[in-house]
Amino acid sequence: MQFDQIMVRYGEMALKGKNRHKFEQKLQSNVTHKLKRYPATKLKKTRDRMYVMLNGEDPYKVMETCQEVFGIQSLSFAIRTEKEEDKIKEAALFAFNDSENAKTFKISAKRTDKTFPIGSQEMNQRLGGHILKNTEDVTVDVHNPDVEISVEIRQDAVYITAKKYPGAGGLPVGTTGKTLLLLSGGIDSPVAGYLAMKRGVEVEAIHFHSPPYTSERAKQKVMDLAQELTRFGIKLKVHLIPFTNIQQKIHQEMPEGYSMTIMRRLMLRISEAVAKEQEILSMTTGESLGQVASQTMESMSAINDVTNYPVIRPLVAMDKLDIISISQQIGMYDISIRPYEDCCTVFVPKSPKTRPSKEKARYYESAVDFSEDIKQAVEEREIMELKLQTASESVNEFKDLF
Amino acid sequence: MIYLDNSATTKPYPEVVQSFQKVAEQYYANPSSIHKFGSEAERLLLQSKKQAAQLLKVSPEEVIFTSGGTEGNNIAIKGIALEHQSRGKHIITTQIEHPSVLEACRALESLGFEVSYLPVTETGSVRVEDIKASIRQDTVLISIMSVNNELGTVQPIREIGQVVHEYPKIFFHVDHVQGLGKIDMDFYECGIDLCTMSGHKVHGLNGTGALFVKRRTKLFPLHHGGGQEGAYRAGTENLAGNVSFVKALRMSMQQKATAVNKLRTLNERLRNRLAVNPFVIINSPSEAAPHIINVSVPGFKPEVVIHALGEKGIYISTMSACSSKRSDESAVLAACQLKEDRTTSALRISMSYQNTQEEIDMFASELEKVLAELNKVMG
Ligand SMILES: Cc1ncc(COP(=O)(O)O)c(C=O)c1O
Repeated sequence: MQFDQIMVRYGEMALKGKNRHKFEQKLQSNVTHKLKRYPATKLKKTRDRMYVMLNGEDPYKVMETCQEVFGIQSLSFAIRTEKEEDKIKEAALFAFNDSENAKTFKISAKRTDKTFPIGSQEMNQRLGGHILKNTEDVTVDVHNPDVEISVEIRQDAVYITAKKYPGAGGLPVGTTGKTLLLLSGGIDSPVAGYLAMKRGVEVEAIHFHSPPYTSERAKQKVMDLAQELTRFGIKLKVHLIPFTNIQQKIHQEMPEGYSMTIMRRLMLRISEAVAKEQEILSMTTGESLGQVASQTMESMSAINDVTNYPVIRPLVAMDKLDIISISQQIGMYDISIRPYEDCCTVFVPKSPKTRPSKEKARYYESAVDFSEDIKQAVEEREIMELKLQTASESVNEFKDLF
Repeated sequence: MIYLDNSATTKPYPEVVQSFQKVAEQYYANPSSIHKFGSEAERLLLQSKKQAAQLLKVSPEEVIFTSGGTEGNNIAIKGIALEHQSRGKHIITTQIEHPSVLEACRALESLGFEVSYLPVTETGSVRVEDIKASIRQDTVLISIMSVNNELGTVQPIREIGQVVHEYPKIFFHVDHVQGLGKIDMDFYECGIDLCTMSGHKVHGLNGTGALFVKRRTKLFPLHHGGGQEGAYRAGTENLAGNVSFVKALRMSMQQKATAVNKLRTLNERLRNRLAVNPFVIINSPSEAAPHIINVSVPGFKPEVVIHALGEKGIYISTMSACSSKRSDESAVLAACQLKEDRTTSALRISMSYQNTQEEIDMFASELEKVLAELNKVMG
């Protein structure tokens, strides 16, 4: 016996009355993209649920993949079986055994097909008895079971589901607008992007690189992180901004203590220009309070001064260890800790101001005109469009060698 | 030429040689060099790990490229033993492992380790109960091959894995050199911690291979140096070799998917022919891996048979005598407790997916002829 489908339960989105249709469509399309890796699977929507038909694909792999899709509350394997008592018993036992450590269970049978001869109560008892007979140290607990096995007897067949697998939660990516993520090669910004996606936001990324001060590998690292983010966002456009000239100019012409603040102000101005062009309404950063000198409240205020776009900071109130733990969970950490310089670390001043003021920053900047540099950086940017890869696509660069 | 010595080594796929050449010519930079050329080589290296990992259904960082089976077995066995000796100095293996396992174990014995060399059944299977019974408080490693190189016997790796699973501190190593591309074995599902693979047995090049090392497994490295291969095996990477190995891996796994039934059919056909040959006794069990058939020809000297066949352009081999007490006896067959007339007259026929029915028929006929001829002289 094998599971033949996965039942998908929506999360919060089920509540959102009017938008519901749009949300469901987005979720459906996101799941479909994720499942391209498993070409035999088919998605079926009913009134309040979605079902992934496995058609022979590995149930556990498909389950893992679905668990990465935002907007799903929980999932269960399901078995469709004929309306015969023995078949139903066999399937119920199989479904129970999927929960390795379950010691207690409950059967909830529901008979929508009233012509089926066995009533729900009777069915509960017969199936419960069958499971008890075929397991050891397992008992029934109707109030607080480890697993609840639902059995739905419908016109066409009987559907049996068991263990609930947690979904990724959140909202389907693409349902709550778009943001521009300031992506560095560090640990924080990819996590910030992930969390924005979790709230349904579609993400584009912007990255500043300064060759030859930063290496090809540092850029590759960012692209690898961006590629990982497509696991959640399906697609991701990356704007690569040539930042060398501006960094050199800051280094030469701005007071050292303010160079960090001014660099970040310029990054934000460039980001705003790109956002405007792309009709994106906000920016997202990986800043959190008080981690490093540049992330004091004063610094945040001095940097934020250059834009009136909302700057979303999903990590602002999180502890570093919690950020690291998310980074590890979502498979970014090993990439983030690769030891390559990014543009923020190369020009780090010896003693940056920890409490810069926006007035002073404005004053220093007023001596030099950066507007042409900003325009040029935006114009000369390189745009890469990444999308979720299927297994066979993931080696395309060197494909002929393998 | 009819080549039936594929368990000794295989003919490389032309595509494998092409990949090797291309990488050797175009990506010769050191992956650790920081320039762009080096970074390209590094990316190719990462990509080959990723691809290998996908094929083997493991994670990229769990793939350690090596120079082949002997090295993989040594890194695994000595590496675990040396690293974890403070916890225990007892190793369990079988009497019919490849010399690269047995000799590594003997070397460890000389350093004060104790090794249990388990006996096998008449067809070369290790008994799971024997493994269970020999586990001790101080056991650190169990090393069992997936497929025996002389007999083709497939060991109950999954069942052994379940036993080892109950002892979280014992590491489970599998020498999968003969099983790769021939039998199904999911490393995770079988509870394997270390798994040896060799390139030249799957139509890759000599001097290539890989060792699977499950995440968070600590090993004492045999090569210290620049920290390559996660510091499990230092030394500038053999990038061209590694890429070519991954290609061989992919192609042989694909062939397995499409042609394993054909290989089984050839195996049966050959068995049927051998079964009616009055001079031949088949030693391989019928459930053996599909590419190996081991037979004995009591009363004949196997070298003479091999030379006689060689004159007709047919290549098979005799047992590997290296780990036997007697130089003319197969240690593996002796461990199976076969009689001396069989242990001293073994021939191994090992096929690949490339062999054809005509070749098999031709071989069977020529063997019949050769034995009949020799019988006149010797008998
Ligand atoms: C079972 C087994 N293990 C290990 C080896 C050694 O592999 P390599 O020749 O790649 O060192 C062989 C090859 O003869 C083998 O058959």
